[in-house]
Amino acid sequence: MAERILTDEMIAEINEFVSRYPSKQAATVPALHIVNEKLRCVPRQAVVEIAQILELHPSQVQDTLTFYGYFKQDKPGGNCRVWVCRSIACALRGADELLEHMEHKLHVKAGETTADGRISLEYAECLGACEHAPCILAGDDLHKSVSQEQADKLMAGIK
Amino acid sequence: MAEFEPVLLANVGKDESWTRRVYEETGGYQAVRKVLGKIAPKDVAETVKASGLRGRGGAGFPTGLKWTFLPQNHPGPIYFCLNADESEPGTFNNRVLMEDDPHQVLEGMMISCYATNCKTAYYFMRCEYPLAYKRTLNAIKECYAAGYLGKNIFGSDYSLDIFLHRGAGAYICGEETGLIESLEGKRAWPRIKPPFPAVEGAFRKPTVVNNVETAACVKHIFDRGVDWFKSIGVPPDPNNPRDAGSYGPKLYCLSGHINKPGCYEAPLGITVTDLIEKYGGGIWKGRKAKACIPGGISMGILKADEFHCPLDFNGPGKFGCLGLGTAAVVVMDETVQMVDYLMNSARFFSHESCGQCTPCREGTSWATKLLTRIKAGKGRLKDLDLLAEIGDTIGIMPGTTICGLADGAAWPLKNTLKKYRGELEEYIKRTNPDGWANTEPVRALQLLSIH
Repeated sequence: MAERILTDEMIAEINEFVSRYPSKQAATVPALHIVNEKLRCVPRQAVVEIAQILELHPSQVQDTLTFYGYFKQDKPGGNCRVWVCRSIACALRGADELLEHMEHKLHVKAGETTADGRISLEYAECLGACEHAPCILAGDDLHKSVSQEQADKLMAGIK
Repeated sequence: MAEFEPVLLANVGKDESWTRRVYEETGGYQAVRKVLGKIAPKDVAETVKASGLRGRGGAGFPTGLKWTFLPQNHPGPIYFCLNADESEPGTFNNRVLMEDDPHQVLEGMMISCYATNCKTAYYFMRCEYPLAYKRTLNAIKECYAAGYLGKNIFGSDYSLDIFLHRGAGAYICGEETGLIESLEGKRAWPRIKPPFPAVEGAFRKPTVVNNVETAACVKHIFDRGVDWFKSIGVPPDPNNPRDAGSYGPKLYCLSGHINKPGCYEAPLGITVTDLIEKYGGGIWKGRKAKACIPGGISMGILKADEFHCPLDFNGPGKFGCLGLGTAAVVVMDETVQMVDYLMNSARFFSHESCGQCTPCREGTSWATKLLTRIKAGKGRLKDLDLLAEIGDTIGIMPGTTICGLADGAAWPLKNTLKKYRGELEEYIKRTNPDGWANTEPVRALQLLSIH
């Protein structure tokens, strides 16, 4: 038996969500968020434990997890997830070039994490901040009308 | 005509506009007090029906009518889902409402829930909006503390719980049955309709799914009355029996090559030209406009000489577009190449297709591959015929897909091929003058960094 991954706090938090819905399964995405926030990924063992709490088969949780690109499973992402929006409004204002510039600077492709584990660079299909194109969501902070120079500063500032 | 006065965005820009204090100082939570326990739920629904309010999420279905599809005298529970998962490129009006005036949305939700006899509501928000999430969560807490949510709200005998539910990034969650599946903890695979959610929705119970801006409009209908609401917008076209009219204020998202991008409130029926000139400050860098997307990328495209198109629910349809959609106007200037726009939209839809229906899953990725080849200078003229064929066969019209995503993916293709075929042919001839000789099989091309 593998060692337990979910802490008591995580389990308590998940159980709090369970009470909000008429079915336990509905707490799946919140549970994945809770684990992902703490561990920066959702390992397979966590899937099994979530399934236990929600009285599901692990495959049901795994099925949901794999649908949403937001959750990663294999190894923890970087300390900060940096999403570069590439939807049409941002693309018109240079988002593709911005993403390329950042890939080049960080020596990673979109979807990868830097060698020092600081940044996971990702593209977003639309961040819903089209009036601030091109925009970047770094962690919980939205950066507006980002130039390549500003992106450099942003990347350097992430610990 | 009287000067149009914005109401949905009236509080935006005020200091701490997201707090209950500021909201109540500006007349907030008065509408819900007028309604709860004082007007019968059935009559509340009738009022919304009489106002002619159509859903602001994209499809434009009459809101009051949608509510009346709920089974009569159902023992319950009935669920209400607020669709705060706008992910249509170009669209951000809900974000502005949720970030800057979350209480307005909650008040509209309370009235809507009361009208539909719903006691548990789920506020389904996409996870890309951390600030909106924070402020909405705080607004809900403020409401519970004040007795505006929970048991016997506002001292009435009506009880309501609103739970904020965070999505995990998928465009398809904006489709109402996809949203419901996702809420239930499953992959967001849209359901075959019927049964419609009003009959069998979340947790197999009758469910109403409404958009954020729709809920905000409901609040103002009870603040200012049906006559006020009907005095804004455009009445039904007498020559079109299917036109239910487009009433009320609307949030327009203006972005792209525009001097002042932003979210603006205007009456339904404003033209693209007026929107760009009066609100957007004209095309940036003094350039000329080439085209615009009238309501999110799934709606198709308008050429610059079609900018007199009125932006009401039936306007863009008259110019060969799918409809008003989310009223997100993305403007492109003369430097934009249509192949780039097509590539961008095809890439988006192939990434966001849920994969359940073959025409959509295969069609969107096939279109992306073809466009990748064309973009790379290895296209052939025949590819345009193939793209047109994809556009004609993946859409929902023949009923071959469960939801409208494929239809949304088809419109930019169909529309652009019709309106800009010459330019696309030119591009292929210029970048691949040898034609066949220089073409690679489309299957050998990789989709760009899709993971």
